[in-house]
Amino acid sequence: MARHTFDTELQNLKVELVRMAGMVEEQINNSKEAFKRKNDKLAMDVIEKDRAVDDIEKSIESKCLSLLLKQQPVARDLRTVSTALKMVTDLERIGDQAADIADLVRHMDGEHIYSIVQHLPPMAELSVEMVHNSIMAFVSEDMELAKETIEQDDKVDELFDQVKNEVVEILKSDPDKMDSSINFLMIAKYLERIGDHAENICDWTEFSETGDYKNARIL
Amino acid sequence: MENKISVTNLNLYYGQNHALKSVSMDIPERKITAFIGPSGCGKSTFLKTLNRMNDLVENCRIEGEILLDGEDIYSPKVDTTLLRKKVGMVFQQPNPFPMSIYDNVAYGPRIHGIKDKRTLDEIVETSLRGAAIFDEVKDRLKKSALGLSGGQQQRLCIARALAVRPGVILMDEPTSALDPISTLKIEDLMDDLKKQYTVAIVTHNMQQAARIADYTAFFLVGEMVETGATSDLFSRPKDKRTEDYITGRFG
Repeated sequence: MARHTFDTELQNLKVELVRMAGMVEEQINNSKEAFKRKNDKLAMDVIEKDRAVDDIEKSIESKCLSLLLKQQPVARDLRTVSTALKMVTDLERIGDQAADIADLVRHMDGEHIYSIVQHLPPMAELSVEMVHNSIMAFVSEDMELAKETIEQDDKVDELFDQVKNEVVEILKSDPDKMDSSINFLMIAKYLERIGDHAENICDWTEFSETGDYKNARIL
Repeated sequence: MENKISVTNLNLYYGQNHALKSVSMDIPERKITAFIGPSGCGKSTFLKTLNRMNDLVENCRIEGEILLDGEDIYSPKVDTTLLRKKVGMVFQQPNPFPMSIYDNVAYGPRIHGIKDKRTLDEIVETSLRGAAIFDEVKDRLKKSALGLSGGQQQRLCIARALAVRPGVILMDEPTSALDPISTLKIEDLMDDLKKQYTVAIVTHNMQQAARIADYTAFFLVGEMVETGATSDLFSRPKDKRTEDYITGRFG
C-alpha cells in the first residue's frame, strides 16, 4: 500500500479531532452542570480548561496546513483535511461559549438559578445533546444522525424564543431583576449559538462524506 | 541534529563553464534533503560532487571543501571506490545489471570481498527487505532482474545500494521514470530509509520535495539560493527567486 506515511498522518489528524471533540463535549457538559447545581468550582474549572481547547485547535490547524502544504491531498483526503480545518473552529467556539456560560454562572446569585426561567433547562439539555450527537455523527460517519441533529436546531431556536418571552415577562413584573434577566438571556443566546455550531459540525460531516455542504456541491 | 555532510564554498567548473558557484550547505544525518531548481541549475552536478562522480567528467575542476563525517572527501588520500561504498547512488533510470535479482544485490558485497554464501544470503534478504521489495521477489531471486517492472527495478537498485551498507544514499530523480503508484511506493520507502540512512535527492517535482524532504535547497544557475526546513521553504521562502520558482512564476 502506497502513501503509508500520509495515511498515518491523516489517521492521527482524525484522532486529534476526536480528542478535541471529547474535550469540548466535556466542557459544555460541565458548564451545564455548573449552571444546574450553581457549582462555582466546576464553573471555574471549565473556564480554566478553555485554554487547552484553544491549544488543541491551534495544533490541529497546524497539522492541516502542513498536510495541505506537504501532501497535496485530493478527493476524500482533501475533504478530510478541509473538514478538520473548518470543524475545529466550530468546536473551539463551543468551548468558548461553554466558558462564557460558566463565567456568567459564577456571577449569578441564588441556589436555584437553573429553573427560574422555565424553558432554559430544556434548552440547555437539548443544546448539549446536539453537541453530543454531532460529535457521534462525525466519529461514526453516521449521516442519519447528522440529519436528525440538524433538525434539532429548530427546536433549540424555538426554545430560545420562549426564553426571550419569559425573560420579558419577568422584567415586566419585576424590573429589579434586570441584571439576572440579562444573564439568563445571554446564557440562552450562547446555547442557541452552540446549537448552530453543532449543526455546522453535522454539515461538515456531510461534506466530508459526500462533498456536498448544506445540500449544495461546493467542490 | 548532526550534519553528515558539510559543504563549504564549493565551486565547480566544466572547462570554462562555472557550474556551481560558492555553494555552502550542510546535509543533516538521517534526514532527507531535496535539491530543487530548473533544468541546468546545477542540482544534479551538486549531488554528484557528494561521492565524486564528477571525477569521471573530463575538464571538470572542483574547489572548496566537502566533509563527510568530518573527513575531506576531496583529499588525495581518499579511495573513491571506498567513498562510493559509503555514499551510494540511485539514478533516474532503473539500471539493474543483466543478471539475477540475487546477483544484482550480491554484486557490491562480492566485489568488496564477501564470499561466504550464508553472509551473502543474509545481506541480500536484508537489503531487499530494506528496499520494501523482498516479498514481491522472494520466490524468484534467481530470475533475471530485467523481468521486473520499472518500479520494482528501481527498488532493486535501492536494495543494491543498501547492500554495501552506505551511510548516505544519493538519488538523482529516482522516480521521474515511474508511474504515480510506483513513485509513492518509493517515497514511502525513502521515509523508512531515513531512519538508518542520510538521503539526498534531486527532484524536478516540487510536490515530491514537499512530501518527503525534511530539508530543501533551491538552486538557480549554479547558485544555491536558499536552503532550510522544507515546511519553511515552501510556506515562507526568504528569497523572491525561490518564491517565484515554487509558485510557478518562472523556471
